[in-house]
Order: sequence, then structure tokens, then C-alpha cells
Amino acid sequence: MINRAGREIPDELLEKYGKEGYQGMNYRDSSSYKKAAPVVRATVDPKRSKMVSSIREALEKCGIRDGMTLSFHHHFRDGDYIVNMVMEEVAAMGIQDITICASSLGAAHDPVADMIEEGIVTGIQSSGVRGRIGEAISYGKLKTPAIIRSHGGRVRAIEEGDVHIDIAFIGAPTSDEYGNARGVGGKSDCGVLSYSMVDAQYADKVVVITDCLVPFPNMPASISMVDVDYVCVVDAIGNPAKIVSNVIRMTKDVREQMMAEYCTQLIAESPYFKDGFSFQTGAGGASLAVNMMLRPILEEKGITMSFAIGGITKPMCDLLDDGFVKCIVDAQAFDMGSIESIKHNPNHYEISTSQYANPMNKGAFVNKLDFVILGALEVDVDFNCNVVVGSDGIVRGAPGGHPDTAAGSKCSIIVAPLVRGRIPTICTRCTSVTTPGEAVDIVVTEYGIAINPLRADLLEAYKDSSLPIRTIEELRDEAYRITGAPRPIEFEDQIVGIIESRDGTIMDVIRKIKEVTI
Amino acid sequence: MEIKKSAIAGTLESSDAQVVVDPGENGIELTIQSSVINQFGPQIKAVVLETLQRLGVTSGKIAIVDRGALDCTIKARVECAVYRSNDQVDNLPWGGAIQ
Repeated sequence: MINRAGREIPDELLEKYGKEGYQGMNYRDSSSYKKAAPVVRATVDPKRSKMVSSIREALEKCGIRDGMTLSFHHHFRDGDYIVNMVMEEVAAMGIQDITICASSLGAAHDPVADMIEEGIVTGIQSSGVRGRIGEAISYGKLKTPAIIRSHGGRVRAIEEGDVHIDIAFIGAPTSDEYGNARGVGGKSDCGVLSYSMVDAQYADKVVVITDCLVPFPNMPASISMVDVDYVCVVDAIGNPAKIVSNVIRMTKDVREQMMAEYCTQLIAESPYFKDGFSFQTGAGGASLAVNMMLRPILEEKGITMSFAIGGITKPMCDLLDDGFVKCIVDAQAFDMGSIESIKHNPNHYEISTSQYANPMNKGAFVNKLDFVILGALEVDVDFNCNVVVGSDGIVRGAPGGHPDTAAGSKCSIIVAPLVRGRIPTICTRCTSVTTPGEAVDIVVTEYGIAINPLRADLLEAYKDSSLPIRTIEELRDEAYRITGAPRPIEFEDQIVGIIESRDGTIMDVIRKIKEVTI
Repeated sequence: MEIKKSAIAGTLESSDAQVVVDPGENGIELTIQSSVINQFGPQIKAVVLETLQRLGVTSGKIAIVDRGALDCTIKARVECAVYRSNDQVDNLPWGGAIQ
């Protein structure tokens, strides 16, 4: 079938997975389902300890065997040691056919690529894939297609039972001996444990791994003892230098500054820019710059934000401290400043990823979002965005909260340079679709701004603006004039990845890359 | 023109291309490595061959390592490498063979 994003999804695949193709942003609104549930082994005997002496012992006690699904979170980002630590032990035990269900995987997990070749890992389900794992997927080494989901979509898939986690491994900066775990304290501070909350509640077995055991009770706990089977203390759960960025500075890149200025003016002239508006930015150069450029306008107009959300950085915490934001709801802390803020500012709250973005709960924060600023690898003339597959066909990206916030917010703004090297960002047809065009409202490039024609209200709102507003086709033509029109990438028939829409329908498939000879 | 000796132009920086030319007897022997080979491989090849033809180069080994350079950059690097292989660094035919 051809789905609502204009992508061809093979019928056999839909049949095999019991799925439908993507049918529009609100297709599953009001639909009901019964949540999945874990198998729970009760702790009745108060004398029984949850402590295990090693990862090996944890795996043995959890009954690890071939074919299981193991889950991980990515709050330690490129500093994560947990995935490799657990998977090395799994490999050493001779276990095969493991599916890794992670909130994201990055360059820190390159060793997993070898395990894919060896058949130890045969399934990947993640909200991000970079580094060698992405290459292994793209060249068809993984035995089953990788399933890529947004942050909200991952929670949905676990809660609806599309994926059942046998053992969840939760790296925690601090834990007590009964499994009350927190994202703050210790030596591998990551601020929050939002991504792993759903894992703790839906996995059959839950193992907390920490490098800082604290006295009972470790409160307030992000992960509660009521969900935890075992606690394992190791020397180090991550490299603190890579878990957080130290200081994020204002970009000096003039192109990013120019896009940030356009974006700031767009927001300031928007009908949604009024007291009590809500806002999410990423950690990219241009988005951060918008954060800083907005401050004097907020000051001048006497406007405060009701809430800021997302991946949080210090510039947003500074706005909180100075009274420009009423509260921050945090699902990931990106830098030292945001971790300090969540420790000390009572209006800075940790939320679960379900609260953040799950489309199939009874209402998530993204639905209350006014503005979100996002990036993209490619945006096509239908405003579809690709944030997962490089223009060369290799999987190297992360949907993260992109499809969730774009769909939930009143005004989603994509900020991206018109061309990167020789690759046009604005193109005729995306290599792959992650976020459907109907969820994307405005695209900002350094050559001009395009408003989605579906948003007649926004076109009207900006009709007298001094901003360089053009059509998306004009931006595409400008890009192609500079780079030349790219040839469509050639793929084999083999499907190596499935991009799931946040509601569980299929947005797109990724095929095996074909080697080009010229 | 003839490729008289080994010569090099360009860098391996992003958005640039490095061109190495060597003398050869068997017509144009072209190798291209590129970070954008899947999207622009044939286009890069066409630009290199067209530039060589304009310079009147009919034989030699040309190796391109491209890092996403635009056509104008690729042309300039090829022209520069060929003139360097002739030790010609001034009195260049701007607007003539060099475009």
C-alpha cells in the first residue's frame, strides 16, 4: 500500500507484523486497547536480598536464554558503559538471538555491531541508531529489520505489548540495596531516568546497575523498588565526561545565528506568542541560540512561559531561575547546568517519557506544546522530514521526540541549513520519512522560510511580515541550483529497517543500501 | 595539454576535493572516491571528464577524493592539478581553457 505520507509499505510486511500503514496524525484518537503486563516475582520474605555480585549473576538469576529481549536507556548518552557491559557478559555466556530494545544507541555501542555479525544480536528496536550499528543495519547484517520508534512511540509499543521486555537493565547514578534508583547523585550524574520508567514497569525482570550504592531509602526515587528484582554494584556505569556536555556556548556560526534570528522573529510574530506559552528546543546550535535571543523579547513584552520541556540545557534553566519560565518538565538533561537545576530548583520536574510524548496514553505534555524547534537531515516539498537515514542511505540518526513534538505542538518549526556540503536539505522527496509533512508547520533555512500550505492560518498571520517567506519549492530549487539535483539513492529489495509512526502504524521502510559503481 | 608529471591540488576538508594527476599512456584512467558517490557519482565523473576535455587532456591517471565539493570546486581542482603538472603557475588562460 501507499500510506498517507506517500511511502510504499509492502503488504506482506504489514501482514507479517499485524500492522497498518500510516493513516494520518490523529487516526487512532479515541481508540481503546488493553495494556500489556509483566510477570512479577513477588518479594514476600523480608530477609531476601536483591543484591547480586556481578552482571553474570544477575543474568543467571533472571534466567537469560536465547531469543530474549533486553532493554536499556540512553541517559548516559555517549558515556554509557551499561549496554556493552551487559552484552559482553551475554556473549561470554554463549547466548544468541538477542533483541536489544533501547531508548537510543550511539557510537558508544559500536561493539554491538560485531555481535550483530555473530548472530548474538538479531533484533534492534531503538529511538536512535548511530555509528557502526547503523552501518550494520544498512548493509543488511541484522537478521530482522530494525524497528525505529520515536520516544513516545517506544513507550506506546511497550505498553501496547508490541514488544515485551524480558530483562530491563537500568543504569542508575544512585540506588539503595532494594532498588530505589535516582538520576541524581553519585559520580555518573545524569539528572533524570525518564526513559527507563516504562521499562521498569513493563519488563518481567528489572536489574538496577549502579556505581554508587546509598543508604535505604533513596528518595524521591525515579525507579521504585516495587519494580526492581536485582541490584548490582559495578565500578563505573559511565564516563561522566561524555554523559553531559560541560558548557554549551552560544554558536559563533553565522549561518546558525541567522537561522536563529529568523526563528526568534517567527515566534515573536506568531499568534501563539503570548503570556503562558510553552516551548521546546533541542541542543543544536540554532535552537540554543533561539533560547537566548528570546529572553530580551520576553523581558520587553512581559511574557512568561507556562512550561518548557524536552531535552533540557542550561540556557532554559537560566530562564527558569530568572522567572521567565514557570516550570521545566524534563525527560533528558543535556548538560551540567540542567542537572544542577533539577537538584536545586523545585520548579524543575522529572517526568516519564510517557508523560512527555506517548500518543496512546490519556494525554501527554506534547499535546500542550505551543512551539517546538527541531532539526532535520532532509525536508521534502511535502514537508515530510527525515531524521533517521542519511542522504547516502545509511541509518545514522534518531527520531527522538521529533515526530511526537511535531504532531503535538501547535507550531512546529524545523531549522536546517539549505545545503550541507553538497547535500541539499530541502529536496523533492526524502530518502526516508520520519515525521509526516502534516505535522510540520514551518521550515527555516538561511535562504528563507517556508510555511506549510496546510496551515492557512499561519500563512495569513505572516502575510505582512518582513521575514523572507518563500515556497518550499523555491527553497528546493535554490538548493538544487547550488548542488545540482541529486540522483535518487539505489536500494536493494531487502527491508533492513521499519520506521514506525508514533501510533504504531508504519511510516516507512528502510531498504538495504546498494553499492554504486561509476 | 599533457599530464607531464605527478601533481596535486585541493584538500580533504569537507566541501573540497583532492585531485592527484599522474602521466599515463592508456587514455583517461579516472578513479573517484566520494562521500556523496550515491547521489552525485555520475555528476562528478561528468564534470571531471568535461574539464579534462576542455583542457585537451586525453591521457593520464586522475584520482579524485571528494568530500562533497560543488561542481565549481571540482573543476577548479582538476584545472589546477593539470597546470601544476605542466609547471605552469602564471599566464593562466582565465576565461579560456580555465572557466
